[in-house]
Amino acid sequence: MELVLAIGIGVMTGSGVWLILRPRTYQVIIGLSLLSYAVNLFIFGVGGVKSNAAPLLGEGIDISTLTDPVPHALVLTAIVIGFATTALFLVVLLAARGLTGTDHVDGREQPK
Amino acid sequence: MSGWQQHLIIAPILIPLVAGALLLFFDERERVVKAMISVVSCLALAAVAITLFRLANGGSGEGGFEGVYLLGNWPAPFGIVLVVDRLSALMLVLTSILAIPALVFALARWHAAGAHFHTLFQLLLMGLNGAFLTGDLFNLFVFFEVMLAASYGLLMHGSGSMRVKAGMHYIAVNLAAALCFLIGVSAIYGSAGTLNMADLAVRIGEIEGERRMLLEAGAGILGIVFLIKAGMWPLNFWLPGAYSAATAPVAGIFAIMSKVGIYVILRLSLLVFGQGESAGLGLNVLLYGGMATIAFGTIGVLASQALGRLASYSVLVSSGTLLAVLGLSNGQVTAGALFYMVSSTMTICAFFMLIELVERGQDAGASVLAVTMEAYGDADEEEREVEVGITMPGTIAVLGICFAACGILLSGLPPLSGFVAKFAMLTGMIGMNAQEGPISASVWWIVGLLILSGLAALISMTRAGIRTFWASMEGTVPRVLVMEMAPVMLLIALTLTLTIKAGPAMTYMEETVRNLQQPATYIDAVINARRAGVAEASGPDGGGGL
Repeated sequence: MELVLAIGIGVMTGSGVWLILRPRTYQVIIGLSLLSYAVNLFIFGVGGVKSNAAPLLGEGIDISTLTDPVPHALVLTAIVIGFATTALFLVVLLAARGLTGTDHVDGREQPK
Repeated sequence: MSGWQQHLIIAPILIPLVAGALLLFFDERERVVKAMISVVSCLALAAVAITLFRLANGGSGEGGFEGVYLLGNWPAPFGIVLVVDRLSALMLVLTSILAIPALVFALARWHAAGAHFHTLFQLLLMGLNGAFLTGDLFNLFVFFEVMLAASYGLLMHGSGSMRVKAGMHYIAVNLAAALCFLIGVSAIYGSAGTLNMADLAVRIGEIEGERRMLLEAGAGILGIVFLIKAGMWPLNFWLPGAYSAATAPVAGIFAIMSKVGIYVILRLSLLVFGQGESAGLGLNVLLYGGMATIAFGTIGVLASQALGRLASYSVLVSSGTLLAVLGLSNGQVTAGALFYMVSSTMTICAFFMLIELVERGQDAGASVLAVTMEAYGDADEEEREVEVGITMPGTIAVLGICFAACGILLSGLPPLSGFVAKFAMLTGMIGMNAQEGPISASVWWIVGLLILSGLAALISMTRAGIRTFWASMEGTVPRVLVMEMAPVMLLIALTLTLTIKAGPAMTYMEETVRNLQQPATYIDAVINARRAGVAEASGPDGGGGL
């Protein structure tokens, strides 16, 4: 499971980095989204990968069977903030498209 | 310890938050009400910041001001804490001092150029204050995002394709940086098991082997984020475009935003990486990166044609100087750097606003105004001017004097505070190894770069001054309102005060650095912070039940 998670994060990060280096704004935003998925999974990963474990502490429960609740809280915050800023970026992207008439990140096509 | 003083710590976050929310209830057309709320909030913020500054300066004696605020009354490593020490109090005061002139300047005309200026401005202040106050890494991320989200809106205030294009680059860079921030924070959490800065400083001594590697990698990634914010070469190509495209009051308040990165680096490097096995992590990066930034900024200052870009590259020179000097990690030099930070931030803020006034008289500059002139015709423009307020007599003379003062401050010539700041840093550097032996090569490099960057600033400012004030005398005199001139003059007057009060100010900075170099005091204050309503006799063990 760790291997699958690691490969998943790696593939998404790689694709995301490649995409944000592309010249079209749409590619940049998809790249940023992919990167943020990868980062969210990474935050999950640092808490230790466990399945079927609850983050609830009770009397007489062995600590090793628990999952760490802090990364869950962190990832939730990260998703909310990431979602909001990506939505904002999308608006700016549309504004730039409307003002410059092109979807190139520099606002003009590269000379051929 | 009295209750209200303790609760004052959270006020710099709450005041702008409440004001920002309140502003949303009023329609954009009710500008007077909006302006009033915004001004009152900024004044309250300044009062609170100055009170906190005095309390923090008073020291934490027995029964005195503690400076730690437990949010929700949770004990320190579990809950989130806000901490006021000398450094954060200094940053709070600096923020509020910049906010008032920037806001007054905006009230003259810029706040009407788009929607929700005041709300965004207040939220930006909230993010800045929160970043300076928080004692928790993840909370720092949240406040960073609050600040950035507000800054995205502010940067594009006034619209226009230049601003939207610069804004798009700015947002893309900062979104990528935010992801790095998350990676760094979670790597630190994964290896140390805590996000509280004080707790992290305690635990870092116990972390061994692979975990330490992960922690240092996390800290490195985190460092990159703050270096992007501070504008270290080669992470700073977004900065000149963004800062010079922003409207004048926004660029003015952005001057403090690049200092947030510097603040966090200073805080973390001395608190967490001050001593122990990982001591001095990344100091070389700061030193050489800072020197490269000064060189890059200096070339930029010399090469820039437009005044806006000149000011943006001055931001880079200022950041580079601070980074390089922090990389030396010497108490006396760092104290000088703090003084330099205060002086240069105020100067750059004043300069950004001054530029807009100066360029208003030129045909090339102030594109938005030119558009307005075209659309409504000259006569209409004059008529509107009369309505807004009285124009300044002897405008050119006053503008010229302010411009000269900015030039003197930026290049670090006597008699203003720019000189005192540079002198403090240079004497610190040269006296650094006096007992131990000859001065090292890197110190000579920094000294050389600092002096060269001052010279470059002087050359550029002189050239720009001649071009604007002497060459174009027969051109149109810019129409400038008293309300727009006053903030610039206030900031320059403040640097003058800083020059006169340089002695007490330097004592404060030295005291600040001494505090920072003894992280034990900070850690102790945070970990042993007393919870409200808990009897003192029970002791601050924090591990007890309810």
